Amino acid sequence: MLEIAIKGSKNYWLWIVFLLAVMGAGAVVYIDQFMNGLMITNMSRDVSFGFYIANFTFLVGVAAGGVMVVIPYYLHDYEKFHRITILGEFLAVAAIVMCLLFVLVDIGQPTRLLNIWLYPSLKSVLFWDTLVLNGYLGLNIIIGWKVLEAERNQVEPPLWTKPLIYLSIPFAIGIHTVTAYLYCGLPGRGYWLTAILAPRFLASAFAAGPAFLIILCYIIKKFTKFDPGWEAMQTLSKIVCWAIIANLFFFLCEVFVVYYSNIPSHKAHIQYLLFGYHGYNALVPWMWTSLTLMGTGAIFLLIPQLRNNRTLLPVTCAMIVFGAWIDKGLGMISGGFIPSPLHHVTEYTPTRPEVMITLAIYATGFLVLTILYKLATQVKEEVHG
Amino acid sequence: MMEKSRRSFLKVAGIAAIGLGAAPAMNFAASDSHGTALAVKSKNEAVLSAHRWGMVIDTNKITDEVVENIVAACHKAHNVPDFNHEVDEEKFPNTRPVNHKQEVKWIWEEEFHNSFPDKEDEFLAEKFHNLPFLVTCNHCKNAPCVKACPTQATFKREDGIVLMDFHRCIGCRFCMAACPYGSRSFNFRDPRPFIEETNPNFPTRTKGVVEKCNLCAERLAKGEQPHCVEASEGAIVVGDLEDPESEVRVLLNENYTIRRKQSLGTEPSVYYVM
Repeated sequence: MLEIAIKGSKNYWLWIVFLLAVMGAGAVVYIDQFMNGLMITNMSRDVSFGFYIANFTFLVGVAAGGVMVVIPYYLHDYEKFHRITILGEFLAVAAIVMCLLFVLVDIGQPTRLLNIWLYPSLKSVLFWDTLVLNGYLGLNIIIGWKVLEAERNQVEPPLWTKPLIYLSIPFAIGIHTVTAYLYCGLPGRGYWLTAILAPRFLASAFAAGPAFLIILCYIIKKFTKFDPGWEAMQTLSKIVCWAIIANLFFFLCEVFVVYYSNIPSHKAHIQYLLFGYHGYNALVPWMWTSLTLMGTGAIFLLIPQLRNNRTLLPVTCAMIVFGAWIDKGLGMISGGFIPSPLHHVTEYTPTRPEVMITLAIYATGFLVLTILYKLATQVKEEVHG
Repeated sequence: MMEKSRRSFLKVAGIAAIGLGAAPAMNFAASDSHGTALAVKSKNEAVLSAHRWGMVIDTNKITDEVVENIVAACHKAHNVPDFNHEVDEEKFPNTRPVNHKQEVKWIWEEEFHNSFPDKEDEFLAEKFHNLPFLVTCNHCKNAPCVKACPTQATFKREDGIVLMDFHRCIGCRFCMAACPYGSRSFNFRDPRPFIEETNPNFPTRTKGVVEKCNLCAERLAKGEQPHCVEASEGAIVVGDLEDPESEVRVLLNENYTIRRKQSLGTEPSVYYVM
């Protein structure tokens, strides 16, 4: 099937070359980081996770969001998702590839990475996170590939894919739950120390993932002869709508708890993010932008006339993806470190090298996504004409 | 050289063991081959040991000068880099500018409200506001960093000391997120250009690994007191928390002491006499 990927239009190749160029530029910067250490980032003793881990967290959500097409189609026989299920699975693959790369570039001694499996530590959540992430990646590659291959040959997918598909559902929930547990089990970090962190992560994942999928459907419709189907996108947009409302509701719960209880160690972080703390307020405009984008997006999706508007829908989805990215990427990780456990304030903004490496990882993800989507759309064109 | 030849001998002996029957061959290799093998196995008589090491810091005896001496003694002995140190351009050409937020420290001075943010009383006695407080790794009984570490590079010894294997650490910094006391530092860069005088008896670190106070485990093993204790002019005492007769327990009995964030359940082993 891979041969499909090497036959494409001029635009296809231009896009591939562009992605490779970004990857190359990022690789050069990464060599510098590999040689000289994470000093090229703006992470610090106080803010010890930065842009890499933030994007990692966001993308675990995008990957988990794929399950929002898998559940309706495989568990509820929702036929309209037949055409887009593979898109959800392949999006998960690309997102997890990016997640693993973000972990890799964040590691201080990447050549020792395998120590995680050579000396397994069952009490470390990070150990479990590597297991579920790699498991989910493997499951989606196998399932997506086998189902697509069967479609191409116009036969039923092999029977053994079914249990794997069902297994991929708890895995999807699992990757984001375990990722939330990375943070919410730490005793001294008031912002993360909340039982609602995993549900909140899942809600934002189930909004951002399908919202991004809708945007991808628009792109596929524009650039290929394959039509994912307007009705499927409509259903997806309703999923996004309720997920983003749940996400906002969970955040409201957080805000109520910290401000009403008034416990300083919990309140300080949200205070920093929303209003600034002791004169430090770098993230305040970002957080309000995020809340505005997510809030407006929710309203746009709630009102049928606006949700059904074919021109507005991708814009709404972009607002939600960007809003969730700020919330989870910029706010969630930095916010947990500011103020520090000793109540010092060290702010964080990524350096240019950090941003470049990040862009290169996104380019890698898009390369994987482009190739997988090319396979999927071409096979579907062949079969359905 | 000696170490090398012994190792290669052990290798040969190990291979021989496959043919000769493992037990006698291994015994031979372990004891008879080399005189020092026995000494390695037996416990050093002079070693300072405890069921659970703890530290008591008498804040009344801590002055700015004492703090300075303690920090200098600890950091010097453990090859902790000082990013204010002027780099020897000949030895380390093209060293890039320093980001001081990426500093490394094992023991350092904080004000009361930073050391004890949960004990920040509205009308705290004036004298406490300006007192220098020493903070370091608490060698917690329930250490969150040990739990968080995905490679067991951070581990807890039976005697309560939380130690690090700098060669196993992958630099994921999960332990730094887990520590509620900000006691851990990451080597964002090669620390060696910033070490004024390298102590050959303690390893320097490479870039990309985390480090922290080790309660001078290397000195306790030789029967010596930790550097901070030696430099503290009596302000710091270490000893066995589980021995009711120990000096630390006597101090804890006679004085009102506090610990940092003990409400988190980490059970810090560092006590402060107020």
